[in-house]
Amino acid sequence: MSKRIANQIALALLWTSALTTVAVLFAVILYVVVNGIGQLSLGFIFTWPRGVNAEGGVWPTIVSTLYVTALAMVIVTPIAILAAVYLAEYAVQGRLVSIIRCAADTLASVPSIVMGLFGLALFVEAAHIGFSMLSAALALTFLMLPIVMRTTEEAIRAVPKYIRWGSYGLGATKWQTVRRTVLPAAMPRILTGLILATGRAVGETAVVIYTMGQAINMPVSPLDSGRPMTVHLYLLAMEGINLPAAYGTALLLMIMILGFNLSARYLLRRTRKV
Amino acid sequence: MTRMPAPIVSPTPAAPAPDGPDKITVKGLEFYYGDFHALTDVTVPIKSTAVTAFIGPSGCGKSTFIRCFNRMNDLIPGTRLEGKVTLDGQDIYAPGVDPVDLRRRVGMIFQQPNPFPMSIYDNVAFGPRLHGITKKSELDDLVRDSLDRANLWKEVKDILGRGGLTLSGGQQQRLCIARVLAVQPEVLLMDEPCSAIDPTSVQKIEDLMAVLKESITIIIVTHNMQQAARVSDFTAFFLQEVAGEAAVLVEYDRTTNVFTSPRDKRTEDYITGRFG
Repeated sequence: MSKRIANQIALALLWTSALTTVAVLFAVILYVVVNGIGQLSLGFIFTWPRGVNAEGGVWPTIVSTLYVTALAMVIVTPIAILAAVYLAEYAVQGRLVSIIRCAADTLASVPSIVMGLFGLALFVEAAHIGFSMLSAALALTFLMLPIVMRTTEEAIRAVPKYIRWGSYGLGATKWQTVRRTVLPAAMPRILTGLILATGRAVGETAVVIYTMGQAINMPVSPLDSGRPMTVHLYLLAMEGINLPAAYGTALLLMIMILGFNLSARYLLRRTRKV
Repeated sequence: MTRMPAPIVSPTPAAPAPDGPDKITVKGLEFYYGDFHALTDVTVPIKSTAVTAFIGPSGCGKSTFIRCFNRMNDLIPGTRLEGKVTLDGQDIYAPGVDPVDLRRRVGMIFQQPNPFPMSIYDNVAFGPRLHGITKKSELDDLVRDSLDRANLWKEVKDILGRGGLTLSGGQQQRLCIARVLAVQPEVLLMDEPCSAIDPTSVQKIEDLMAVLKESITIIIVTHNMQQAARVSDFTAFFLQEVAGEAAVLVEYDRTTNVFTSPRDKRTEDYITGRFG
């Protein structure tokens, strides 16, 4: 009898814990939606801020965010994939590879505000690039590189051995095998990792606050400065000038990141069926 | 795959095997995985344009042995081979022999069907493209011809653009056979090709082997003795007598002889099902 009671208690405990997680998620989403939905309109999305940048829309900040994210991913993607191919396929698995892997994992866990400070010192000041899309993208690269490299490496390792054998068995060289079978087979997972990283870059605040500047500006050249959505949100809220607009921006940001995450899930699910 | 007990020798024995020239010869082969001595003192001929079956209980080194013929073992770190393996009289382990070139001439089918995650057409065209064939008409012909020889054309001719992984397991295995045939190998290695697929496909694969062996030398590793008896002209029986020690080649002869009047007591015990 007591066994049954213990079972019931355990079940209740597990269920409550799981429910808590979901409840927190929904509480956050609900709160932002309820407060922000009134702000959302095409006018809010596609017009410039007015007054002391507290009224009006957020269009230049959306462009700045997407601009810096795209620029960072363009830099990150080739480096991360080539590094991952080297680590997973070519490097002799030993001390050196463990050190590289450990370094990447540590790099990934450096607080982003420290990475921002580093970006400020290195790109904005020492390299004289100034507050700009480029400085921010390079600093974001530091943050994204280890993450994308590790997910890509896992994706490559997950390709079954017998796929490689099939290719070698047909007289393919190592590079032909990697390029024509391993990478295509790993591509859905690699893309998933890239999309998730993109979502993270869109939401990143600390790095860009140090490196992009704060001026509302429509960036055209990579050397232009701008104000990303996250920083706009921060200023709107912390300076207490327009809280409803802050929630509107937050909601937009969440929708964008949710979009990235859902498309990553979709990609991964679809490829399981092939 | 399990089947009803059947007479060990097929009721309609194949025509007497051609006692042709040796396509491959193996002399005094020793094989090691690091410190583990897997095979010792193997000397055996592989007859040209015939089917040779390797049989024996699990762990007897038959899969290790078949991978020596296309140097697939080179991909496993720490392996070492002594002795001599020749293909058309040429030592395939001599310095200067490129395993990549060798594998074009000696194709391989694995136990697990392993189509690439791409279309049926691209799977078959993969090998020819590797080796520089890019002309569409030439590729079309090769794909069709290879699928036909693999007994798969009729089933897939209208769905060539569909993913190879959407096929059934047995169809996937025949797709892999078509993929290998497209590079026109002289020797075909089959490492338990039928152990993971449905009986209908097994039948189709055994049928195509009977046709293919007229132009290609085939070596098959199989757990299924009825299959060895049905499809092969020559049989080699391997055995690891003591766990942890190197396996040996116990007996090699025409398949009919091995299954009806084995010379070695151990062969007889194995084929009559006393162990393994």
